[in-house]
Amino acid sequence: MSFSKFKFDKKIVLSFWIILIALIIAAPTLLPVFRLNLLGRYLSLSIVALGVDLIWGYTGLLSLGQGIFFALGGYCAAMYLQITSSSEFPNNIPEFFALYGVEKLPFFWEPFRSSVFTFFAIWIIPALVAGLIGFLVFRNRIKGVYFSILTQASLLVFFNFFNGQQKLINGTNGLKTDVTQLFGQMVGSESMQRLFFWVTAIIVIASWFFAKWVVKGRFGNILIGIRDDEPRVRFTGYNPVIFKTIIFSIAGGLAGISGALYTVQSGIVSPQFMTVPFSIEMVIWVAVGGRGTLLGAILGAVFINYAKSLVSEALPASWMFIQGGLFILVVTALPEGVLGWIQGDGPRNLLQRFGLKRKIETYPSLEINNKAGNNE
Amino acid sequence: MELLLDSLFNGVAIGSVLLVAALGLAIVFGLMGVINLAHGELMMLGAYTTYVTQLIFKLPILKPFYNSYIIVSIFLAFIVSGVVGILLEKTIIRKLYGSPLETLLATWGVSLILQQFVRSVPLAYGTGLVISLIIGLFLPTTFPPKIKESINFKYFKFSSWILAALTGVVTGSIISSTVSKLSRASARNVDVTAPSWMRGQVEILGTAFPKTRLMIIVITLISVIAITFFLNQSAWGMRIRAVTQNRQMSDCLGISTEKVDIITFGIGSGLAGVAGVAVSLLGSVGPNVGGNYIVGCFMVVVLGGVGNLLGTVLASFGIGIMTDLIGAGRFLTIWPDMPLPLSNTINFFATTSMARVMIFALIVIFLQFKPTGLFPQKGRMVEN
Repeated sequence: MSFSKFKFDKKIVLSFWIILIALIIAAPTLLPVFRLNLLGRYLSLSIVALGVDLIWGYTGLLSLGQGIFFALGGYCAAMYLQITSSSEFPNNIPEFFALYGVEKLPFFWEPFRSSVFTFFAIWIIPALVAGLIGFLVFRNRIKGVYFSILTQASLLVFFNFFNGQQKLINGTNGLKTDVTQLFGQMVGSESMQRLFFWVTAIIVIASWFFAKWVVKGRFGNILIGIRDDEPRVRFTGYNPVIFKTIIFSIAGGLAGISGALYTVQSGIVSPQFMTVPFSIEMVIWVAVGGRGTLLGAILGAVFINYAKSLVSEALPASWMFIQGGLFILVVTALPEGVLGWIQGDGPRNLLQRFGLKRKIETYPSLEINNKAGNNE
Repeated sequence: MELLLDSLFNGVAIGSVLLVAALGLAIVFGLMGVINLAHGELMMLGAYTTYVTQLIFKLPILKPFYNSYIIVSIFLAFIVSGVVGILLEKTIIRKLYGSPLETLLATWGVSLILQQFVRSVPLAYGTGLVISLIIGLFLPTTFPPKIKESINFKYFKFSSWILAALTGVVTGSIISSTVSKLSRASARNVDVTAPSWMRGQVEILGTAFPKTRLMIIVITLISVIAITFFLNQSAWGMRIRAVTQNRQMSDCLGISTEKVDIITFGIGSGLAGVAGVAVSLLGSVGPNVGGNYIVGCFMVVVLGGVGNLLGTVLASFGIGIMTDLIGAGRFLTIWPDMPLPLSNTINFFATTSMARVMIFALIVIFLQFKPTGLFPQKGRMVEN
């Protein structure tokens, strides 16, 4: 994978930002609410994709269980909304508890009455869970495919757990947020959805900068080192366990934020967020966009999800074929992803093939020597 | 005593399904370091093969042999899944050798395509396609060496593929016109009914055991014995073991690692097909049937370690027996008057899904002490 970035002109970068910000401000008035809501959801998914890119694209850890942290963030946000708007229900607890005969809020939900706590819980709880899982796995130098299938298994475990616990979290039905109140307004209402779109857009940009900061400098270099040759990093005196645990919990935290934003915009959080296919899909967004390029992760998440909704509307049965083909294609033919291909040697090679660009002679002396060798 | 026997039998029954499903996965993982996420879908193909075989054996010509269809379908399922596996290896996995994570993603893509394929293509034509694959892949290998070495061999290959395609279309249409149940695509689950001699129960030591479960245990036993025999006694088995231990060295000594890869992958996938037959006896068969078992198989591979069949066997029976002990809350019946907090905990985990949670936690704890499974491969490499 090549990481040689070509630098854009400063003016181009500036105008890109101006256009982007103008689009974000204008989007709520340009788009109908339905499409705006979809776009907001996809943008929130791009945050979890950023996390996947950090752990897979930069550190080489393929996690198939990001859905855990995504759903945890979603549950935190949804439970806060449910609790704070449950004053008219018996015992002042969310309505669904009454169905299962629960009269008192389970103790671990108690802190979620406070908005400050929830604000931190949304990203700290997933990060802590990720850190714990990561530490237990990395400590034993479990890596590669083993790590992937262990994360997938833990995803299934969480799915089973959340699915079965009606009395604590409403089991299969999940938690609805549409009819709850925030700042005295309905969460599902149009004005709130507009607000959520702006919040999501800002957080996407913020987490993009955050991710850029993370991979910059020595920390980022060690991550790339772990990806390319972990034993060598260890022999150089660094402890990869710490770095892997940190980056895995950062990705977990990002997934939590993403899940919370996705939940308030889709109106429900349920164990369906923790199904196996959804978590693997997150990886393919990054793979198509370009792993190791943070912007690629964002664009991949938004565009693939948009394509998914378009295709599923037109031909519901064909999306599975397309998605399956995409997995195979991107892995075999385009391992750097679209953005990686553009930033790398891709376009030049393509132009060369059509004879539009002169071939660059690398090491001309070497080639002459080779020819001489053949003649002997 | 009776209770213990009952529990042990249940555990062994759960474990034997896991074992036959994980066996192929473990062998392939040991050899190529590749986890095949489409393994569950290869199982599904095996289960559907059983269903198709059953329907075909209901035709008037084959009706007298109906009772033996399940035996036939074991072999057919092995061939069908094996051929699809070989195709998978030849087209995709070979290209990704050395990057196991990418293989993981590509095989996931294959599993999505296979699932949707079963949903949207009529089974009759699916059967035709598989038949043409079998002919296309194997006909060229039966030619005499004189043709194989000639320059024009690619034309022979091409024409045999055309022949294969024609045969496939013809058989597909014949099946579709004779068996009406196979002529339409459907996403609904189908049911395999066991032949009459497999229904009912057998009494052993005063406890009744369902015959289908016993049959599955027998299938598993035969598969394990056959694979052990193949790996330890045959020439190709020796080559497979050699490549598993040290790929580069075997290559240098003249073993065709390419052929070893194909054979191993074919056998591993074929075993998935056999597992599919076992699964079809337990419940209805649908496009998602493989997904229910696949994560259990992964756990077996992780727990059992790489490149050792004994590890796989012990891990699957261990997981099977533990699942039954925890999932049915049997500790409570063994020790009825245990302290309240303990019994509450056990009751909390006494469902199938919560038992999985507990098993996974136990596996993670186990990995803290033995990170490379029960029987790790010995070596002095830094990376393993």
